[in-house]
Amino acid sequence: MDTQFIIALATMGGLGFIFAGALAIADKKLRVEENHLIGEINEVLPGANCGGCGYAGCYDFAVNVVEGKAKSNGCPVGGSETAAAVAYIMGEEAGEVVRMLPRMLCRGGHTEAVNKLATYYGPLSCSAMDLLSGGDKLCFYGCLGGGDCVVACPFGALVMGENGLPVLIESLCTGCGNCEKACPRHVIEMHPADRKVFVFCKSLDDPKTSKAVCSVSCMGCSICARKSEGGVVMENNLAVINYDQLDPEKVPFDKCSTRAIGMINDN
Amino acid sequence: MELFIIFLSAAIVNNFVLSYFLGICPFIGVSNKLTSAFSMGLATTFVLVLTAVVTWLINHLILMPAGLDYLQYVAFILVIASLVQFVEMFIKKTSQPLYRALGIYLPLITTNCAILGLALFMVLRDYSMMESIFFGLGAGVGFTLALTIMAGIREELELADVPKPFQGVPITLITAGILAMAFMGFSGLI
Repeated sequence: MDTQFIIALATMGGLGFIFAGALAIADKKLRVEENHLIGEINEVLPGANCGGCGYAGCYDFAVNVVEGKAKSNGCPVGGSETAAAVAYIMGEEAGEVVRMLPRMLCRGGHTEAVNKLATYYGPLSCSAMDLLSGGDKLCFYGCLGGGDCVVACPFGALVMGENGLPVLIESLCTGCGNCEKACPRHVIEMHPADRKVFVFCKSLDDPKTSKAVCSVSCMGCSICARKSEGGVVMENNLAVINYDQLDPEKVPFDKCSTRAIGMINDN
Repeated sequence: MELFIIFLSAAIVNNFVLSYFLGICPFIGVSNKLTSAFSMGLATTFVLVLTAVVTWLINHLILMPAGLDYLQYVAFILVIASLVQFVEMFIKKTSQPLYRALGIYLPLITTNCAILGLALFMVLRDYSMMESIFFGLGAGVGFTLALTIMAGIREELELADVPKPFQGVPITLITAGILAMAFMGFSGLI
């Protein structure tokens, strides 16, 4: 019985040893040089290969982080600790993920977009309004006021204001971006929290129509674009901010007759 | 002739995927694109043939003379795991895109029951060396065939208006069932 045991042990041990040796040689011959960061990130990931990040597994996620396609905080399982570790390896500010806040880029509430296209009867939902000939406002680009973003917010950080526009409670916002996805008009955009200058209008209407439908629209007069030296550019009757070149000092906020361009929280 | 019958039997009549239902995981997982399905089939075929050779050698030269038949499972798994590791290194070296496309399913060849099934069938049927090689080749060709057919169907299926509850894996499993029924038609061939 004892010899049987030793034979079995020796056989399996020997086989294992031979295969290990063969693989070691193969590893030397077939080694692919890859970015050492990938391995390091893979080490700190949970290793569950759950696919929660949207990639094929932890290794694939690590590759995409190194290539800049995935964010360092993209692993929902590891949470903030993993995000901090990954960010540290990538040389980003350790654990400091840039705080993103939703910005509501339409100020045309009940008092601004006064004239209505029609009276809307139906479910109070932006997506329903958007499907049904575009809600009751004359503007086809602005906030519908149905509150889809308020419903979509899992943290209660958005409430519908008296003016028919959602209001953000910054202290409750986690920057998840659900409201941005919920908005059928795309007037909610996620921006870094330190970004203060925005064009609070999405209207591509011509100047005359813009002025008729809403008192705070961007009419496309382009005065901000001319003065700001590349910080603001005009696209289809709408001023668009080019944040890479923006110098807030040069933007003529007081020249904008509708105050469509301005600083956040200054109204 | 004997060898050809073994090959044909493993490839078509007793197709590993469609009549033994071995290796369903990659069959469902990698069959959404024709090219990667075909590559997966080739990689698996390679592992199957090598496994057939190496396990035969180990079984007949080491395990059976030493009276260690009861270690077959462990030894076979060891062989398969090592071979898959080798194939993975090889593919990573030669084709990065393919390595990416196969993703998690490449290391999962290790746990592909078609391969352990092959090794155990070989022992059960007491195949000779040559027969084992043809058996492995047949199984590999059969696996590739099943995967490629499935991928072809699924590429067409993408365009079909599938009812929502059946979208994705459910309709794939139903298709696999119908495909398996079609393969039953070969049963009288040998």
